[in-house]
Amino acid sequence: MRGLTDIPVPMFQVRIHGRGGQGVVTAAEMLSLAAFDEGRAAQAFPSFGSERMGAPVVSFCRIDDREIRVREPVMEPDALIVVDPTLLHQVDVFGGCKPDGFILINTAKSFDDLGLGEFVKDFRHERLLTVPASDLAREHTGRAVANAALLGGFAALSGLISLESVASAIRERFTGVIAEGNVAAARAAHAWVADEMRELTGAASG
Amino acid sequence: MPRQVEGSRAVAEAVALCRPEVICAYPISPQTHIVENLSQLVKSGELSPCELVNVESEFAAMSVAIGASATGARAYTATASQGLLYMTEALYNASGLGLPIVMTLANRAIGAPINIWNDHSDSMSQRDCGWIQLFAETNQEALDLHIQAFRLAEELSTPVMVCMDGFILTHAVERVDVPAQEQVDAFLPSFQPRQVLDPDEPISIGAMVGPEAFMEVKYLAHAKQMQALQLIPEIAADFKDEFGRDSGGLIRCYRTEDAETIVVALGSVLGTIKDTVDELCEQGVKIGVLGISSFRPFPLEVVREALGQCQRVVVLEKALAVGIGGIVAANVRMALAGIQLHGYTVIAGLGGRPITKDSLHGLFTDAIADRLEPLTFLDMDWDVVNRELERMGSSRASGPHAENILRDVGPVAAGPV
Repeated sequence: MRGLTDIPVPMFQVRIHGRGGQGVVTAAEMLSLAAFDEGRAAQAFPSFGSERMGAPVVSFCRIDDREIRVREPVMEPDALIVVDPTLLHQVDVFGGCKPDGFILINTAKSFDDLGLGEFVKDFRHERLLTVPASDLAREHTGRAVANAALLGGFAALSGLISLESVASAIRERFTGVIAEGNVAAARAAHAWVADEMRELTGAASG
Repeated sequence: MPRQVEGSRAVAEAVALCRPEVICAYPISPQTHIVENLSQLVKSGELSPCELVNVESEFAAMSVAIGASATGARAYTATASQGLLYMTEALYNASGLGLPIVMTLANRAIGAPINIWNDHSDSMSQRDCGWIQLFAETNQEALDLHIQAFRLAEELSTPVMVCMDGFILTHAVERVDVPAQEQVDAFLPSFQPRQVLDPDEPISIGAMVGPEAFMEVKYLAHAKQMQALQLIPEIAADFKDEFGRDSGGLIRCYRTEDAETIVVALGSVLGTIKDTVDELCEQGVKIGVLGISSFRPFPLEVVREALGQCQRVVVLEKALAVGIGGIVAANVRMALAGIQLHGYTVIAGLGGRPITKDSLHGLFTDAIADRLEPLTFLDMDWDVVNRELERMGSSRASGPHAENILRDVGPVAAGPV
């Protein structure tokens, strides 16, 4: 990863949880496109199986400054994106998550509301956020498919990729009104997350 | 220009750049995206002239490819798993007749129990069907191997199967460099068939051959694969001249110089193995990797050269020869005839079980200490196996294995892995 100092840091691994039909695989693909556009090596792949509408689905994205050779699933993610919060108590979504990892959940509720307060008490709180991405997607695209919006939110939360790269990845994958609606949803989610983060830092310093 | 695309799309574009004139296939996961992409290229006119034939089975797919190839058309198909088994009879016909068909095999397990995930059981079941079998490590190599495969097949008049790991490669989105049409045209001459079915100059192909000449005709398929041992490295060298990339060849050595332990494997798992080996090398362990790119023909001589000086060989393979163990390992041992060293066979990743760096670390550490069983099953849950064996011992009517074991394992939703 190119940080502010241009010192290479280790590979960054993202895991995305959702259900068939929610664009989970496409989200990983678009994240890899955004990273590729920024000149990085990226590898996106789905959890392999006979996915179908509504069934739990997992996808993965690795980002690095070097060629990515490893092919194992992401078992210890640096970042976790949960597209469908109904999975939280059904699947071991948090398996392998580290206390310094990023977690972004698609919901209007807080971590405490979701019953996760105790679980994340040792995590870095500025890296944990929820965003009502389905609502933002519905507002901007007319459909509650939250994948693109979540990538916008993820760009703000992690600083790993820029919002502009997310926008261009969305436009590579989709065209016309679908692309523009999703870009708008991604921008809205990015702004939402950025606001939340300012509040969190404000609260921490104040 | 480098692009970030799905492996299946990359392979479809590579095949299209080779200007196939007939494509016929029957859908089966994880091969489907490749042919879907090709059908779009045909429909849009980007790939023209090309006839895309929808067939009713894999047997028909290979039969159409045989017919097309016999009329002098460049023919392509793709399949996986049970689909390959369903075309088995036609596979032998394609190779026995010497028809240079190119086929992608998106490697997948074979049932029962039914399973759609990746392993190499399908390729290995057809290792002796007379087709050349090339294995890709990455999507870039899968793309490159298809371009090389058409040239290899047509120069020798023998069919070539390009094997790429289903899902792990076919469904992975990563960087690939798709060459320009002019480059591929310069590398791959037009198809000059040795035999053509032509109504204007009628001949027959496929005569019945009795004991008086069967061995001689059969031998020619072997003779061509022995020629391929020379031709595959030459084509890889030409490919490098034209495209600037190392792809294909017979074998690929990684940190094998001075290695005391060498791990042998095929396909995409080589990447995970190399990362693990790098970490061990940093700790001072003398360990290297031998990737076998051409499994048929099997390059006995170069494998012997690559492995002959080391102390121990670990063959890690994604297929199980029930009743003996390793398939790749048996071939490697043949290459090492007369050489004394420790040899281990490791069966791994069957039915899509992830092969992780953690497991490989443990495995290689045990191998180096010579603590491995000669036949090892990586990450096997022996408790589950033993429970079913006990059930079988205690009751004649113990029931079906798969259902019993699934009950023991319990419901597994799509978790982190």
